[in-house]
Amino acid sequence: MLQTREWSPEQIEEKKIYQEMGLSDEEYETVKKILKRHPNFTETGIFSVMWSEHCSYKTSKPLLKKFPTKAPNVLQGPGEGAGVIDIGDNQAVVFKVESHNHPSAVEPYQGAATGVGGILRDIFSMGARPIAVMNSLRFGNLTSERTKYLFREVVNGIAGYGNCVGVPTVGGEVQFDDSYEENPLVNAMGIGLINHNDIQKGLAKGIGNTILYAGPATGRDGIHGATFASDDLGEDTDKKRPSVQVGDPFMEKLIIEACLEVIHSDALVGMQDMGAAGLTSSASEMASKAGTGLEMDLDLVPQRELNMTAYEMMLSESQERMLLCVKQGREQEIIDVFEKYGLNAVPVGKVVEEKVFRIKHHGEVVADIPVDSLADDAPVYHMRSKEAEYFNAFQKMESKVPEVQHHGDMLKKLLQQPTIASKEWVYDQYDYMVQTNTVVTPGSDAAVLRIKGYDKALAVTTDCNSRYIYLDPETGGKIAVAEAARNIVCSGAKPLGLTDGLNFGNPQNPEIFWQMEKSVAGMSSACQVLETPVISGNVSLYNQSKGKSIFPTPIVGMVGLHESLEHITPSFFQRAGDVVYVIGETKAEFGGSELQNVTQGKYEGKAPVIDLDVEAKRQKELLTAIQSGLVQSAHDVAEGGLAVALAESVFSDKGLGTTVELAGDATVALFSESQSRFVVSVSKENAKKFEDMVQDAKAIGTVTDNGMLKVLVNSSEVINDSVQELEKVWKGAIPCLLKSKA
Amino acid sequence: MKFAVIVFPGSNCDRDMYHAIKGILGKEADLVWYQNSNLEDYDAILLPGGFSYGDYLRTGAVAATSEVMTQVKEHAEKGKPVLGVCNGFQVLTESGLLPGALMKNKQLSFLCRQENIVVENNKTMFTTGYEKGEIVEFPIAHGEGNYFCNEETLAELKANNQIVFTYQRNPNGSVADIAGITNKLGNVLGMMPHPERAVEALLGSDDGVRLFESLINNWRQAYVTNA
Repeated sequence: MLQTREWSPEQIEEKKIYQEMGLSDEEYETVKKILKRHPNFTETGIFSVMWSEHCSYKTSKPLLKKFPTKAPNVLQGPGEGAGVIDIGDNQAVVFKVESHNHPSAVEPYQGAATGVGGILRDIFSMGARPIAVMNSLRFGNLTSERTKYLFREVVNGIAGYGNCVGVPTVGGEVQFDDSYEENPLVNAMGIGLINHNDIQKGLAKGIGNTILYAGPATGRDGIHGATFASDDLGEDTDKKRPSVQVGDPFMEKLIIEACLEVIHSDALVGMQDMGAAGLTSSASEMASKAGTGLEMDLDLVPQRELNMTAYEMMLSESQERMLLCVKQGREQEIIDVFEKYGLNAVPVGKVVEEKVFRIKHHGEVVADIPVDSLADDAPVYHMRSKEAEYFNAFQKMESKVPEVQHHGDMLKKLLQQPTIASKEWVYDQYDYMVQTNTVVTPGSDAAVLRIKGYDKALAVTTDCNSRYIYLDPETGGKIAVAEAARNIVCSGAKPLGLTDGLNFGNPQNPEIFWQMEKSVAGMSSACQVLETPVISGNVSLYNQSKGKSIFPTPIVGMVGLHESLEHITPSFFQRAGDVVYVIGETKAEFGGSELQNVTQGKYEGKAPVIDLDVEAKRQKELLTAIQSGLVQSAHDVAEGGLAVALAESVFSDKGLGTTVELAGDATVALFSESQSRFVVSVSKENAKKFEDMVQDAKAIGTVTDNGMLKVLVNSSEVINDSVQELEKVWKGAIPCLLKSKA
Repeated sequence: MKFAVIVFPGSNCDRDMYHAIKGILGKEADLVWYQNSNLEDYDAILLPGGFSYGDYLRTGAVAATSEVMTQVKEHAEKGKPVLGVCNGFQVLTESGLLPGALMKNKQLSFLCRQENIVVENNKTMFTTGYEKGEIVEFPIAHGEGNYFCNEETLAELKANNQIVFTYQRNPNGSVADIAGITNKLGNVLGMMPHPERAVEALLGSDDGVRLFESLINNWRQAYVTNA
C-alpha cells in the first residue's frame, strides 16, 4: 500500500519516503533546491505526481519534440486538453487519444469506463461538444480465462460509460497477442466539434479572478493514480486497486451540458478538467500557462469523506470534476448554470500575481511552491538507447514463404483469428448511432460522421500493427501512420492530422527506449510525407510486468475530412459486374504477418517494406479517383493479406461474390502483407478513367452475384467458397472463443 | 403543430428528437427542461431516449416521479399525443401511463443495431402512414428493452390492438416480440426502437419519417375537423 501517514519533512528525507511516491534521489534534491528547504508531505506528493511520467513526459519529451505538429489548419497543437484542426465554415475538429492501461489491468470495468470519461473531459474542456469516441484495445490471446474476463469487462466498461453519456462509440480496433497477456492496453480517443470562437483554454488569467470547483465532491479514490500509471505492473498490483477511480457517467453527462452552456458566458475565463493528478495538475497548469499564480483554500473544496488531508485532496483523482477561472464578481452567473444541472460549483481560490501555487488547509499554508517549477522544472531524461539484439538477428533472416497446404482452409483459419475476425460482438454493445451523425458504422476502415447542416463529414480511425513495430520499430512506425491514412482515404476523406497514444515498456531498458526512439522517428517521417501533423497525444510507459514488455504500440488516431457527402465510400463491394482492382504490387513479405502467427506461432524476420513516397502517391491518386466519383468501394489490404481483404469486401447483406485471377506463388499472392495496397471496385463504365488516374491499379476480376469467393492463381482454382459460409466463421469466431472453456 | 421534447437530467436522444422534428420535418419544437416547464402550449409531447437520472434505481423510475410527468399525464388524459422512445418508453411504463415493464435484455448486454420492425397496427395516430404488416427498419440501442407483462395484460393489449410494433427477429426477449405499445386510448405510444434515428436515408433508414408525418397529418385533420 502507498503510505498515507504524514511524515515530517525531515523524516521524508531520512526514510526516503519520496521514493515511495515515485521521486528519485536526484529529483528530491532538485525539489529541495527549488523550495530552498525540505518539502513537506503534501508538497512532496505534489511534486511526485507532477513530475511523474504520466504528467511530465520526462523521458518521452525529447522524442515528442520530433513530431511535426504544425500546419496552416492546426489551430491548437499539443499542450492543451486536446488538439484542434480547422475544417472550414468557422468549425473545427478537436481530438485526442488517452491511455488507461494500468487501471484497466487491475479493475477492467472502471479502468475502461473512466478512460472514456477522461478523454471526453479533455474534449469538452476545450469547449467542444464530444461527437464520437473510438477505442484501441489490446489483449493477450483470447484463450485464457483472465484475458476473456478483461476483454468482456473492458468492453462492458466502455459501453456502460459511453452509452450513458450519449456520445457514440463509433469504432476502433481490438488486437490480441501474447505480449499483452499481463498488460492489456485500453486507449480511448475522443472527437469533438466546435466553432472557432468557442475554443477555450485552460488559463487562470486576470489577477483577482475566482477559481471555481465544479462537479462532484472529492473523495479518496485514485490517489496517486498518475504515479501508479508510471511504474511497472508488479505482483502486488492488486493492492493498487484503490488507485483506480470510479466513474459516474450520469454525472459526466450533466457536467458536459453545464460546461457547454457556460462557454457562452463571457464571465468564463478558462476551464480545465481534473484528470491525472486531479486538483494539483489542473490548478497549477492553469496558472503556469497563464503566467500567474494561484491560491486555493482546501476547506472550500467539496469533500465526500471525513477528515481528508491536504495530501489526499490534492492527489485525489475523483472523476467528473472541472476547474474554472471566472471573472471576479460574476461567479454567480456560472454557479447558476451548474445548479440548474444539480451540480456543485464553489469558489475555492483566486488568481494572484505572484507566481506561486499556495494551498491552505485549516487556516495554514500546506503547500507553497513556485508554480512554474511544477511544469517547467520537471526533469527531462535523455535515456540510453541501444539497438535491440533481436532486431539484428531478425534483419539477417532470409524471408521465407510459410507452407500452406490448402489455401481455402487457410483463409477460413485466418478469418477466425481474433485480430481479424468480426468485432460485431464488441460494437453491438456500443451505442454508435446516438447524436444521429454516424454515416459509416463500426466495422469499416474508418467511421464516418456527417456534420449536420453542411455538405461535409469527418472520417475517424485508429490503427497500429505492433507486430511490425516490434520487428522493426522505424518501419513499423511508418506503417502505423500510413495505414491510418489509408483507412481515411479509403472512406473518401483527406487525412487532416493525428493524435498518438504511445504505449511502451520500461524506458529505463535501453532496448525499449530504442523502440520508442525508432518508432517515433518512423512515425514522424510518415507524418511529414503524408502531411498529417500530430496535434495531441499521450504517453503510457512501464507497460511491462514480470520483466516482460508489451510490443511497442504507438497507436495512431487519425481524423480526415470529406469535402462532400458524395465522397463517402463504403469499404465493401456494391454491385455485381463492377471491376475489382488491386492497387500496389505484392511481394513475399511475411514478417509479422497473421499467416506467420498461424503457421509458426511467433513473429520474426523483417517487417514489410514501405516506401512513403509511393504510399503518398497512391493515396493521392485513389482519393482523387474517389472525389471524381469513379470508385464504388475501397478497402485497404492489411492483416491476412489480399485474401482477407477480398473476403471482407464481399461481406455484406447484398449476396455478392467475386471472381479474381492472380499470378505467382499462391501463398504470396493471397496472404503476404505487403504495404500500400488497396482493393477497389469500379463500375465498368468508369474503368478506363480509373486506370488512367491510378497508375498502380491492376484489374484482377469482377464482382459477381453468385455469393461465391473464387480465386484463381496461375489459372488454377485455389479458393472457391461460399461467402455466407466465410462470413459465418468470421462473425462467429469471437463469440465462440468467449464461450469456450479454457 | 408544436412539439415539446422533454429533457431530463441524463436524457441523451433529446437533441436527435429535436433534429428529427425541426431539422427534417420542419415543424416547431422546443427542448423543454424538466423543471419549471409549462406544457399547455404544446400539441404533442416527446419523451426521448437516454439514461434519465443515470437509470439509477431502475430505468426511467426517477424521471417517472418528476413533476413534469404530472403534466404529461394531464396532457395524455386530454387525448393529446405522447410518444416515449427507449428511455421515454421506460418512463411511460414506470409512470403507469403504459402497462408492463422493461427488463434487462435476455443476453444481459446492451444491444445497438438496425432491426426489422413489423407494423402490427396502422390505425393509431402514429402509424396511419404505414401498411399493416409492413416491415420497416428502425435502430435499437438499449440494455433494458425486454418488454414484460402478465398474461392478462397481454390478452388485453391484443384485444385492444395496443401492440403497434413487433420485432421480426426478437433481439431482447420481449414478450410476444413486442417493440411498441399504446395505451387503450391509442394516444400514448411507447417504443424501444428509435424512429428519430431513422429519418434520413444517409444514416441507413428514413422509415421513421412516416411515424412523425402520421402524427402531424392526424393532428391536422383533428384540428381542422374540430375547428
